Amino acid sequence: MPKDHGIGASSKRREDVRFLTGKGNYTADITLYGQTYAAFARSNVAHAKIKSIDTSAAEAMPGVLAVFTGADFADVGGNPAGWLIQSRNGETMKEPKRPVLAHGEVCHVGDAYAAVIAETVAQARNAVEALVVDFEELPAVVDMADAVADNSKRARTELTDNICFDWGWIEDNRAAVDAAFASAPHVTTLELVNNRLVPNAMEPRASIGVYDASTEDYKLYTTSQNPHLTRLLVAAFVMGIPEHKLNVIAPDVGGGFGSKIYHYGEEALVLAAAKRIGRPVKWVADRTESFLSDAHGRDHVTKIQLACEKDGTFLAVRTETLANVGAYLSNFSTATPTFLHGTLMAGPYKTPLVYVNVKAVFTNTAPVDAYRGAGRPEATYSLERVIDMAARELNLDPWEVRRKNLITTDMFPYTTPVALQYDTGNYQATLDKLIELSDKAGFEARAAESAKRGKMRGLGLSTWIEACGIAPSALVGALGARVGLFDAATVRVNPTGNISVMVGAHSHGQGHETVFAQVVSSMLGIPEANIDIVHGDTAKIPFGMGSYGSRSLAVCGTAMTKAVDKIIAKGKKIAAHMLEASEGDIEFADGKFSVAGTDKAKTFGEIAFSAYVPHNYPLETLEPGLEETAFYDPANFTYPAGAYSCEVEVDPDTGKVEIMAFTCADDFGNVMNPMIVNGQVHGGVAQGIGQALLENTSYDGNGQLVTASYMDYAMPRADDLPNYTVDHSCNTPCTHNPLGVKGCGEAGAIGSPPAVVNAVIDALARAGKPVKHIDMPLSPARVWAAMNA
Amino acid sequence: MKTSVSLKINGKSYQDDVEPRTLLSDFIRHHAGLKGTHVGCEHGVCGACTVMIDGKTARSCLAFAVQCQDHDITTVESLGTQEELSPLQQGFWEKHGLQCGYCTSGMLMLATELLEHNPTPTRDEIREAISGNLCRCTGYQTIIDSIARAVEIKAGTALEAAE
Repeated sequence: MPKDHGIGASSKRREDVRFLTGKGNYTADITLYGQTYAAFARSNVAHAKIKSIDTSAAEAMPGVLAVFTGADFADVGGNPAGWLIQSRNGETMKEPKRPVLAHGEVCHVGDAYAAVIAETVAQARNAVEALVVDFEELPAVVDMADAVADNSKRARTELTDNICFDWGWIEDNRAAVDAAFASAPHVTTLELVNNRLVPNAMEPRASIGVYDASTEDYKLYTTSQNPHLTRLLVAAFVMGIPEHKLNVIAPDVGGGFGSKIYHYGEEALVLAAAKRIGRPVKWVADRTESFLSDAHGRDHVTKIQLACEKDGTFLAVRTETLANVGAYLSNFSTATPTFLHGTLMAGPYKTPLVYVNVKAVFTNTAPVDAYRGAGRPEATYSLERVIDMAARELNLDPWEVRRKNLITTDMFPYTTPVALQYDTGNYQATLDKLIELSDKAGFEARAAESAKRGKMRGLGLSTWIEACGIAPSALVGALGARVGLFDAATVRVNPTGNISVMVGAHSHGQGHETVFAQVVSSMLGIPEANIDIVHGDTAKIPFGMGSYGSRSLAVCGTAMTKAVDKIIAKGKKIAAHMLEASEGDIEFADGKFSVAGTDKAKTFGEIAFSAYVPHNYPLETLEPGLEETAFYDPANFTYPAGAYSCEVEVDPDTGKVEIMAFTCADDFGNVMNPMIVNGQVHGGVAQGIGQALLENTSYDGNGQLVTASYMDYAMPRADDLPNYTVDHSCNTPCTHNPLGVKGCGEAGAIGSPPAVVNAVIDALARAGKPVKHIDMPLSPARVWAAMNA
Repeated sequence: MKTSVSLKINGKSYQDDVEPRTLLSDFIRHHAGLKGTHVGCEHGVCGACTVMIDGKTARSCLAFAVQCQDHDITTVESLGTQEELSPLQQGFWEKHGLQCGYCTSGMLMLATELLEHNPTPTRDEIREAISGNLCRCTGYQTIIDSIARAVEIKAGTALEAAE
């Protein structure tokens, strides 16, 4: 019997009713008294010196209230990178300044160098057209290989070369890894591209700045996945506003997928402009602005090598990666190709030796940062592709090669050669479940049926692991993080017994308002309807690090359970007093505090009321009120894992790939709301299939983004995608958080691209067309060209 | 130079003086104050802004407000209320047909048209019908489930009415 409420129930989402009736409240929906509008002037060239900007004509345009250029922000700080990476030679990474508006130099197409504030959007945009900028074009660095090979062209004039850092993980392993390769019976080498993607949340970025001169308070409404981090960056790093004078509100946010984690210059601009003109300033990106200026994802070029025995036993893995960071370092951009990528290169396997080298490369393109999965999809794709290739070279079954090398259940906790310690898992179980659910046994018959219709059928898989719930502050600090990665929650029990929970996580589609309430409901025995989850407002919430890295439940959810534990502990003290019993004899269950072994009890509501009307209350030893806050810093990452398969048909005449089935066997630890977890997996897989078959971000040789609209960038549509079969019955609970949860938001995007590509390669191989590799996206043209080469 | 336009949206008249280039989507959002219609791309590709003009779905970012004078506009606000969801809204709620909610209004309008023309669509027909609109969150399967569920709900309601 499925549960109908509380932990483990597929509770319908309480946030849905407002979205279904058009009553959501997104940033673009907010209209403030006296509101004005900002529009940005963006570079139409990839790299140029700004010789002059003549603003006089624009300033004289109707409705124009102010014009800003980079010079207005020359004295404020830059938007910093959140992680400081050390190169192999001990040098610290290069961190050229990222100003609010480009000053002196524009560094990518779409780089904002001026902004106009006007009474209407149209007036602001018209005035942007009237700005006269004199660019002296500089050579554009676009291709990463060129950027590394040729120091004479530099993405930023202040740099001496284009390499941000040259990182080795773990440098001390390198000699042993090289030795293993030198003596290995078999070495498979694969060079691949992890294609650049645009996250493309359906809601474009938007911000509204407000300033109250009488109190010197700022308010920022913005499309953010983590309002507290935005507050910290704007206040302490960029604008120098006292942190208590800045309230950041992220209301309903229409998807993020990583791109709304970061602070962007537009947020600082609307605040500065609101102060200068004394009225609220609103900016809403159009879609092409989003393409040009949102942080992109992936964009790695990797050479991966796998050393193994002839029987497929893995001996060592070695990778060399060029990772594009664009023209500016976005907040997580240096962590993504390093600690979210290199540390995952052991995968779920026993490979004893691993060495990862990553060179981060500046180019005259938009910043690249974490996008759903963030480093882990890149690691998984490299590894799962090279394993498949090795199996083919050795004439072994790719499924059995994986099984042979998977870490076994008796090996946990398992410390990898790339410094993670996996706490628990059962990789054989998810692989077995996948074999069952994908009906692998029936594949040959289906392939024969496809062949009758003239189609080539293939089956591919990936067995993957990720590190989620980022993460222990002490560990990430040692690895270069400049922030802590804990989270916080306050549980406020009101006098009448209903509850407001203020959480540092931010929901932009994940359904926290429902799931977090389910957890509190189960813990306190209070109906979900009596519990509200409050998020997205720095004035209401104690603190928080936001939502990304599949961390909301594992980190913030744990903080919340700890705050609930404190509520229960205090409730026991109150109950002991009221029931004239000793505190140790009070038990709490099903919303009642009772004296063990008696029928004496007080309801949760009675205890809450007593805390606020403390007439019969131990005031000499206990404060009145019932509100508790907890901060939680995890002991380790969590390690979701799973096995995915993809079954495809390839049309031999056109190269078109059709996905016939996609099956996911996941281990997310305990599942709080199966319906929502399934939805997260579906969405992740859809984005992974998008990467594998459709999506590509293409800059031409001059640094022009040629895929800057939905006419040019292939977003997956319903008829591009299959039905998904999703299972999470093989769960092993996380060992170090009380809910036993691991995180599920990114899994689909991590495990799916290699499964799709492996399936296509399998289809071609079965049809007698032994193609070693095709780079994503596997468009009909690429597949056709590969099989007819 | 501004032009006076009067649009009938969800059966109610909204009059305002607007620039001729004002988009229907902007009129609905900023002049009529109906924020349920979302703008995702302003070039007619994503479908988030889908409304009905005279009973047919249209991208409200591709029409000018002045073109819609004297035409019937229907938006998401015409469907059910928070107290009483329509069968489609109920279907989306039960089957998790939305995550961030941004594409949802457009999907609901698209599905409304589909069910008017084809009250009992197959899953393939539903998939085909919603392929004009983008959703980045759901991977579409639960949207298809939701519309199929709405068909069941409607059938159930019809059955109850018959009894």
